[in-house]
Amino acid sequence: MSNRNPEYDFVWCPGCGDFGVRRALEWALERHVAEHEIPQSNYVIVAGIGCSGNMVHLMEGDQPFGLHGIHGRTLPLSFGVKMGRPDLQAVVVAGDGDFLAIGGEHIGPAAARNVDVTCVVMDNGVYGLTKGQSSPTTEMGVTTSSTPYGKIESQMMPLKYYLTIGVSYIASHYSSKPRDLANVIQDAMNHKGFSIVHVQSPCTTYNDTYDILKGNRRKGIPGIAWEVPEDHDPLSRQSAEDLLDRPGIPLGLIYKEERPTLQDRVDEIAEANPRRTPADLLASYAL
Amino acid sequence: MSENHSQDFVIRFAGEGGQGLVTSADAMARAAANAGYYVSTFSTFPSQIMGGPASSQVRISTSPVLSSGDSVDVLVSLDEYAYNNHREDLSDNGVAIYNSGEFQLPGGGQYFGIDADELAKSTGNTRAANMVTIGAVAHLIGFSLEEIDAFITARFTRGRPGDDEIIESNKKAIRLGADVAANSGFSVGTLAPPSPPDYEQIMITGNAALALGAVTAGVDFYVGYPISPATTILVWMEQNLVGQGRFAHQVSSEIEAISAIVGAGYAGKKSMTATAGPGLSLMGEGLGLAWMAEIPCVVVDVQRGGPSTGLPTKSEQSDLMTCLHPGHGDMTVPILAPGSVEECFEAGALAVNWAERYQGPIIVMSEFGQAEKGENIRKPDLDAVNVETRSVYNGSNGYARYESWGENGLSPMPIPGGPGAYVANGSEHDEIGDTTHLPRHHIRLTERRFKKMGLLNDAHIEIEDEGATAMIMSWGSSKGPAREAYERLKADGVDVGWLYSMALNPLPDEMKAALERANIVIVPELNYMGQWSAVLRQHGYRAESVTQYTGLPFKPATLVDRIAARVAELRTEKGKVLV
Repeated sequence: MSNRNPEYDFVWCPGCGDFGVRRALEWALERHVAEHEIPQSNYVIVAGIGCSGNMVHLMEGDQPFGLHGIHGRTLPLSFGVKMGRPDLQAVVVAGDGDFLAIGGEHIGPAAARNVDVTCVVMDNGVYGLTKGQSSPTTEMGVTTSSTPYGKIESQMMPLKYYLTIGVSYIASHYSSKPRDLANVIQDAMNHKGFSIVHVQSPCTTYNDTYDILKGNRRKGIPGIAWEVPEDHDPLSRQSAEDLLDRPGIPLGLIYKEERPTLQDRVDEIAEANPRRTPADLLASYAL
Repeated sequence: MSENHSQDFVIRFAGEGGQGLVTSADAMARAAANAGYYVSTFSTFPSQIMGGPASSQVRISTSPVLSSGDSVDVLVSLDEYAYNNHREDLSDNGVAIYNSGEFQLPGGGQYFGIDADELAKSTGNTRAANMVTIGAVAHLIGFSLEEIDAFITARFTRGRPGDDEIIESNKKAIRLGADVAANSGFSVGTLAPPSPPDYEQIMITGNAALALGAVTAGVDFYVGYPISPATTILVWMEQNLVGQGRFAHQVSSEIEAISAIVGAGYAGKKSMTATAGPGLSLMGEGLGLAWMAEIPCVVVDVQRGGPSTGLPTKSEQSDLMTCLHPGHGDMTVPILAPGSVEECFEAGALAVNWAERYQGPIIVMSEFGQAEKGENIRKPDLDAVNVETRSVYNGSNGYARYESWGENGLSPMPIPGGPGAYVANGSEHDEIGDTTHLPRHHIRLTERRFKKMGLLNDAHIEIEDEGATAMIMSWGSSKGPAREAYERLKADGVDVGWLYSMALNPLPDEMKAALERANIVIVPELNYMGQWSAVLRQHGYRAESVTQYTGLPFKPATLVDRIAARVAELRTEKGKVLV
């Protein structure tokens, strides 16, 4: 159930990282609306299938528009929304399975187009809704319901992948600091081009990584998440590569490149090629 | 030669892909169309860039052309393989012209050689070889050389310094070819004077007509993935769908294409993609989303031979079952299947209107044989196209988008940027779009989604000679040959009637009533399973198919023979419940 619809038959498990991401997204939207004086109705949340995609039904406060489509297709759906209606703000919410496994084929084209869409990817390293199968970001060797003898594929490194295929804005964060995460999401939305905020969002049921991410002094766990240093230059590709060579999970902006979006290119063509009416087109077939 | 031959000639150019076969047939077609004849071209070629056995033909007639004909009156063979491959299609008094620069045939046959390359050289224009051949063809069918001159003048007047020289050399080439044909002593007849239509015409292919129809109805978002024989629609859109507020783009797969048009349709655009069988298979889930979330969009399926990669550049009508049920679950998709180049325009426009009207996906089923066929058709009256736009919600926020208004189950659609923010949901949902598994919601919304199709009852239908022993009901691109066969059967006194519906799903009410009344329906269709007659039987009508799965369109004569034989059988067992 949700606050606005008691009949809505979906719940996140207690402690799910997605609660924090939702809060961060709500804040980011609120601030973005205020910053640009864009009506809330101009925002479209395109949601994937999985625990994280249900966020589109669970958001509190003023409702943006939502499109809860099919598994793996958030990027082409949002591409249609954004290229059809460049005046809208399109935000994708998807999980690691949806975005990187079944939907992985769409990241490269979206990056090449530099389509002006912001993606918030919730990575819990597991398929939660289907009860605990391995995902691309599950570590090698880990036992899950679909890897009973341990995972025998390498773990995918999404941040390095994004950098390699030309995503023009790459940030990494986790769900436990929603205020910081909200700032990052807002910044990504302000980026002109294809932006991905890759968020570690632990699954308390199948892959509880809170202690591993944040550390737990009591249990003697050091924590693998670290803040991106203030002197990191996100405009430098080399610096981004160096940063991603460090072990652990960086928190903050990793890479940012200003380059024309697909819409910029389309506008150039539209400028040079005026609209052809059906009558103009028909005339070209005269006998 | 028979007398009616002079009303109608088929000229085929055969050789290898890349030899200008299409150019020759097209030139002949345009010259004849300009002279007031009705023309229709048809090409067949392998799925490769250059080479491989290919042919392109034009049928020239004094009345509108319905099919590519039964046989060939003049066969131009550029190599021996082509001659051997096509000579069986020659009519009894047909004549072959062979490329004597390439091969020789022994004396005594109904053929003669011509070295078009060598003759073209003597005009000073080595590129005029196809005009040499066209001159020879023109002589054989008694077509005026002056009409070809007029075509040449129009084609090569491009405001460049060398225009006059090129025009003169081409005219000379025509006459050199005609002289060789005259010296051969052969003729296949004389083309009767044209009976030009009293309406304005355009020369266009099926795919271009479909694209133009869709744009006339307001399509302003198109994405697609290259696939034969739908690629020309993508290319057309990228060329023509330009300017502010429009978008046409090549994407990375058919999955991207369907998802993107659903996204754009959701955002308020009239959106479309075109594909063929393999791409359609990939679009199943996305079409299900459009059906479930109630989002207008148009998918064109230009059929080719299947399954799998199948026969990419051949004729077949075997995607019907896939189009009726492209996705899993309790769903279907409304289908328009145009039966001629002219109807391609109509179907392109109506599909967009239908998508907007019932707020969901529409499939247009065209077919290879129709897609690249060039015909001079009646110029569409753009002002007569009634452009429809979806009912848009403009009330206040807090709207229940999936609550049904009125008897058709439809409700106005909120558009992002406007009021009534909701979640368009591919999971089963309640009134506001939130996911639910409760039976009452699933029952209500399932019924709503089917009920909306009741709004789609206005496609073109034809009903003639009801009460006949058998009603012929072809569909899509087999309409032309079936119609030609029907007219011949009627002339021969065979007791047949005619049913045709451009809409295959849902069937218009009037057509359902006619089908109910029919003694039996005979369905000529290009597939093994007899897909349309199976659908008709599923509806409870008496129907059977006349099938062909050669990769080629029907010849009218084949249909005449097979239908006449079946009707004769039926007349001896008339009154029984057949099938």
